[in-house]
Amino acid sequence: MSRLNPDNVLLAKEIIGRYPRPKSALIPLLHLAQEQAGYVSNDAMEHIAELTGVTPAEVLGTCSFYEMFKREQVGKYMVNICTNISCQLNGGEELLHHAEKTLGIRPGGTTDDGMFTLEDVECIAACTEAPCLQVNYRYEYRIDNDGFDKLIGDLRDGNRYDVPHHGTLARIRQHLDPERAAGIEAPEVTGKPQWFADREPEPESEKETA
Amino acid sequence: MATNAYVEHAPGYVDNVGPKIVTSRFGDPESFKLERAEATDAYSALRAVLQMKPDEVHGQVREAVLLGRGGAGFPAGVKWGFMPPIWPRYLVVNGDESEPGTYKDRLLMERDPHQLIEGCIITCYALGLNTCFLYVRGEMALAQERIAEALNDAYEAGYVGRNIMGTDVSIDVVLTWGAGAYIVGEETALIESLEGNRGMPRLKPPFFPAAKGLYMKPTIVNNVETLANLPWIMLNGPEAYKKYGSEKSPGTRMLAISGHVNRPGVYEVEQGKVTFRDLFYGDNYCQGIRDDNDLKMFIPGGGSAPWFFEEQLDLPLEAADVGAAGSMLGSGAIVVMDETADAVKACLRVVRFFARESCGKCTPCREGTTWEEKILQRIQDGHGRPEDIDLLLDIGSQISPGPYPAAAFEAAGETAVPFPPKQTTICPLGPSSVAPIVSAVRRFRHEFEAKIPGTLRVPSSFALTDETSSAEEVAS
Repeated sequence: MSRLNPDNVLLAKEIIGRYPRPKSALIPLLHLAQEQAGYVSNDAMEHIAELTGVTPAEVLGTCSFYEMFKREQVGKYMVNICTNISCQLNGGEELLHHAEKTLGIRPGGTTDDGMFTLEDVECIAACTEAPCLQVNYRYEYRIDNDGFDKLIGDLRDGNRYDVPHHGTLARIRQHLDPERAAGIEAPEVTGKPQWFADREPEPESEKETA
Repeated sequence: MATNAYVEHAPGYVDNVGPKIVTSRFGDPESFKLERAEATDAYSALRAVLQMKPDEVHGQVREAVLLGRGGAGFPAGVKWGFMPPIWPRYLVVNGDESEPGTYKDRLLMERDPHQLIEGCIITCYALGLNTCFLYVRGEMALAQERIAEALNDAYEAGYVGRNIMGTDVSIDVVLTWGAGAYIVGEETALIESLEGNRGMPRLKPPFFPAAKGLYMKPTIVNNVETLANLPWIMLNGPEAYKKYGSEKSPGTRMLAISGHVNRPGVYEVEQGKVTFRDLFYGDNYCQGIRDDNDLKMFIPGGGSAPWFFEEQLDLPLEAADVGAAGSMLGSGAIVVMDETADAVKACLRVVRFFARESCGKCTPCREGTTWEEKILQRIQDGHGRPEDIDLLLDIGSQISPGPYPAAAFEAAGETAVPFPPKQTTICPLGPSSVAPIVSAVRRFRHEFEAKIPGTLRVPSSFALTDETSSAEEVAS
């Protein structure tokens, strides 16, 4: 049972309404499913297919391309350690080895208590603050071995309220108030905006006849 | 007020001396809030723009020679002119910043989302675009939060949406986000991703986004930093903009300088005015290489760029000069490596990135990058074969035929091969994987050989000379 819950179905419909074609909402909806269950289940993908009017295979096709979507249960906290060039130059690989020893798992693995999943990731855009890592996509900068152990301790003890469980990205969502929106329709029925037509310079030929 | 120091609330950003076009609000810890942005002129450029004809706005951007900041450096005003008179047409903002070493867009999105939103609306107004999709990289949760909040506030205040600032102009800006794929930073792959598909690039021609982009409709794809420049340009005019930077590339650029320097950081720098040496050794910038070590090599424009060395230090940061010297400025990411860096290890790491991120559409890239990684890994592990170095270059020439762009190496009598490389693939990802290989092998072939059993394992500088042998005789 991991179809989207009723609240999330409402949210999903709002998200779908923001795109000219429903299929465009696939990635945000897969994130929504992952936020609800911590991973993207087959049931959720079928449900998303129903909501967007595409086949479940198409949803799987999109889902399986993107690294952030996990199709089986992972830890409550994803610990993503960067080992790309800038971090490698400043000890990213050593940090990863330390993390392997501390957590007792290899990259891709999950601890037995289901708390942590470790991954070595590509550049996460904090290169001057190397070595860096993300826990559930929240940054930790210039982290050394002691800092890592403290971070893991704090997460285990539940002292890091700023880090939500795996699957939650932005905790503030865009809400498009229909009263204030310009309106987004399918490309087939959308033409030149009237305000733009009114402001276009008149074609030369028309000027002459006028 | 420039303090020439790190800014605590914006980790990595150095509040440097010099003009501030896109980072003017970075000093304020709450710059992302609407009321703080409004107090420093946010949306006043938009107010002025709405009084102008869309044509005039486009003309001003063209006149300012606003170069794209995503990597290719194509003038935005010219790109905008490629759209046929077909509607609907869309703006897609490329915030999928994932080039190794790059992180200017993340700071711009986190610290000043209103500047970006204002830039989006100005673009949509100039070109009569129906809707703007702001695509943020999946891993950047904070940037997504800040933009979502900023959009909600901007809609509430009437800067976005129906009847913008009381006029009849109505434009929606929709926040959307990815899920972890470097290739989606390529504009046609970004469009595929936004259509809900696997993010694989489309063949150009015929699928130039300006003609057949999102839903096969005309689409402009612009980088975050490019659009962030627009409010300043529209407020101060193209003439004022062209006073900064050089003639060929006006304005400023955000550069992320990382690696073995004393003060790595993100700096807003006037284009074409400073050299790499100024950046690495200048007091206003990185303040030298760590531990006073010697510079070994540096990557001037993100992981995709061929490497530069000591001889290229005095080049100005000007796209044309850097291109002629055999590399590119790309996305403004500079990675500095000192003498302690291992050329083979660094080469392997960058190649591994491309192997992991290859989308799998074109065979030369899908297979080639993987082979490159495997061969480099076995060299690094000490299991390399004598023919492996030439094999690497051969695989590289299958992905990117012909002489590959590289810096001059005068000691070996090799001249520079200018940028860009040729490609047998749809997008430049595959050819980019060849850059570190050609750069490293050309310059540090002996380091590769030293790791391969059966080839000369002792660097020539340590080979037995008469002096050392006589010293040994004395010792014995």
